[in-house]
Amino acid sequence: MGKRFLLVGGVFSFCLLALVCTRCGKKAEKPANAIMVWHWMTDRNDAFVKLAEKYEKETGVKVNFELYAPSDAYSQKIIAAAQAKVLPDIYGILDKKEIIASFIQSGFVADLTEEFKANNSAWEKSLFPKALSVNKFETDNIYHVKPGIYGVPIDVTNIQMLYNRKLLKKAGIDQPPVNFKEFLTAVQALKAQGITGLVSGWGELWMADCFASNYAFNIMGESRVMATFKGDVPYTDPDWIKVLSIFKDLQNKGALAEGIVTKANKFAEQDFALERAAFAFNGSWCVNVYHDMNPDLEYGAMLPPPINGALPMKIWGGAGSSFVVNNLSAQKALAINFLKWLTAKEQQAFLSTETRNLPANQEALTQIPEILSQFASSMNNTTHPTIWPYNEDALVIEAFDKGIQSIIIGEKTPEQVAQDVQTVKDRQMAKKRSKNKS
Amino acid sequence: MGIAKIKKFSLAQFKDYLENYLFILPAVAIFSVFYIYPFYDIFRLSLHDWNGITPFREFVGLANFQEIMRDQNWWGSLWHAGYITLIALTFQNALAFALALACDRDIRMKKFYRVVFYLPPVLSEVVVGLIWQWILQAGTQNGQQIGLLNYFLNFIGLPHLVNDWLSDPKTALTCIAVVHSWKGFGWGFIILLAGLQTIDRQLYEAAKVDGAGSLSVFKNITLPLMIPVIFVVVILTILGSMQVFVLILSMVGQGLVYHTEVPVTRILASMTGTNRFGYACAQGVIFGFILVLVSFSLNKISNKLKQA
Repeated sequence: MGKRFLLVGGVFSFCLLALVCTRCGKKAEKPANAIMVWHWMTDRNDAFVKLAEKYEKETGVKVNFELYAPSDAYSQKIIAAAQAKVLPDIYGILDKKEIIASFIQSGFVADLTEEFKANNSAWEKSLFPKALSVNKFETDNIYHVKPGIYGVPIDVTNIQMLYNRKLLKKAGIDQPPVNFKEFLTAVQALKAQGITGLVSGWGELWMADCFASNYAFNIMGESRVMATFKGDVPYTDPDWIKVLSIFKDLQNKGALAEGIVTKANKFAEQDFALERAAFAFNGSWCVNVYHDMNPDLEYGAMLPPPINGALPMKIWGGAGSSFVVNNLSAQKALAINFLKWLTAKEQQAFLSTETRNLPANQEALTQIPEILSQFASSMNNTTHPTIWPYNEDALVIEAFDKGIQSIIIGEKTPEQVAQDVQTVKDRQMAKKRSKNKS
Repeated sequence: MGIAKIKKFSLAQFKDYLENYLFILPAVAIFSVFYIYPFYDIFRLSLHDWNGITPFREFVGLANFQEIMRDQNWWGSLWHAGYITLIALTFQNALAFALALACDRDIRMKKFYRVVFYLPPVLSEVVVGLIWQWILQAGTQNGQQIGLLNYFLNFIGLPHLVNDWLSDPKTALTCIAVVHSWKGFGWGFIILLAGLQTIDRQLYEAAKVDGAGSLSVFKNITLPLMIPVIFVVVILTILGSMQVFVLILSMVGQGLVYHTEVPVTRILASMTGTNRFGYACAQGVIFGFILVLVSFSLNKISNKLKQA
């Protein structure tokens, strides 16, 4: 009896296991009139949910927004979902252009060019060209992706310098500095008053990289930056040493907030909002963040003060957040219709007001706060790695960014870092060459 | 007659075997699906160059492993994990043992202390990291230090000790190691306390009657009887400390140059930072192999000590 019981138990548990294993591989069935959106934007989730409710009322199509944060975790989830082919109908890719290209080449992203070009390009024309450009692949792009538009920007962003009016006034500075020399002078005046100069979340390496990139464009121009990525200009070039020396100068003059090299941007935002630093280097999303932390903060936005007056100061910007449509989705048409609706003037104005972000739709730019207008006024100065014809190798970027940290903490000189970066660059170039040969 | 007996025996034995195997089948299946297959797949991927998305994976043989051998940042990260482990083995376990010894005696509010000491391990590593980041942060506002530790140092008249703790290569890793030990000592405390409570009280009483002092009792009774438990704590400490990374991410973000890198953060950097999944898998295989080797060695030492 006991043995029989055990035998039946064993068979039962095996069947249960088999059942669990087979169910694991099955996708949950979804109603035909529903679409799933995965996103990472914690600050915009409530607004998205409200818009989804409105859309369901208008069209009968249910839109489920699922939030996965922080953005790093979201990126990993997207890659894992792509590997398992379980991507949602709409999602965003928060990664390098090379990775976006991989998603497209693997058939995970729908080509939306025809939709954008329909009705005399009505959809395309309604959006900021700069915002759309990050979602475009031009003819003869280095990633060998079929030219076209693959993503839909839902807002616009750019990364600039912010200054605290009250703290500048306290240090006797009436106007924000217009060049780097003036900036260093202003920092000295602030320091004399016991006020920290610049704060930024350089513990997130891409932000320090962005700052360096701004000055690289200003010091040596876009063509020479691209030539470096191609391997024609070495990092040991005097211009690159000049770029790296900015960090040394900033540190030597006491311009940087203590602990800046390991500071997460959230803490840097807190420092600026709580008036612990006079300048910040941050993106336009900060308007919402600062408002939540300190609604009375008096501040303005400005371009990073240039070093070279002969070349323009380029800042990173363009589409803040973009969505793509899953090419394998059965609800592709519904997903595209929803994105068209989401980027229409009314919805964009709602998103802009609710979340204090710059809208992607040009017509929705009316009635935005003054500080957002200041950010918007610099849109012509924006550039972004996703629209550059060449991108640097990821290992070289890592060596460059870690090198910036080394300079700030006084461990290495700009020349040493330049040499280290070039060594990595040479190694990666050699690897690429041998790969191409084989 | 004899053959019939053998046949009968064999059939019964076969049934018995079948029954036994049937029972371990679910466990074997789960182990195979969730442990053996992933390990096999990771090893297979480690022989490829792959960005994690495209269906195309280029077979590169042992090239990833060869590159790891030359990767100074990787070996540096192992050294850092070793340093954190060393601090945990000494500072964390000494603290855990001392507190366990104290709580094993008849002291007032014994239960309260047990709960308090066990609090840090149950807190989320992210929360602990952020709290300590706030404590250790540098910077001033209106002339006042904003970090709690620096504020305290200033307050007690030691302003020369004020430091940028997490951005100074001399102190960043030690700070992480100390916070890791603070968070982890509760585990050791509970295990060691449980071990201490299994020691027969009569042994202590007999030693007392014989006139043995506290140190002698500890050296000759407590320590020898606690060796198996101490080894369990040592193995758990090594495995836990070598794999620390959440605390590092929440305390210093993407790290202070390469000074706070540990193997798991390097694997993460290879996987999500530079999109080299094959290389990350090779790093994972090597790291796993090192951990298995350490565990086996410790197990062997423990068995030898038990026999001695």
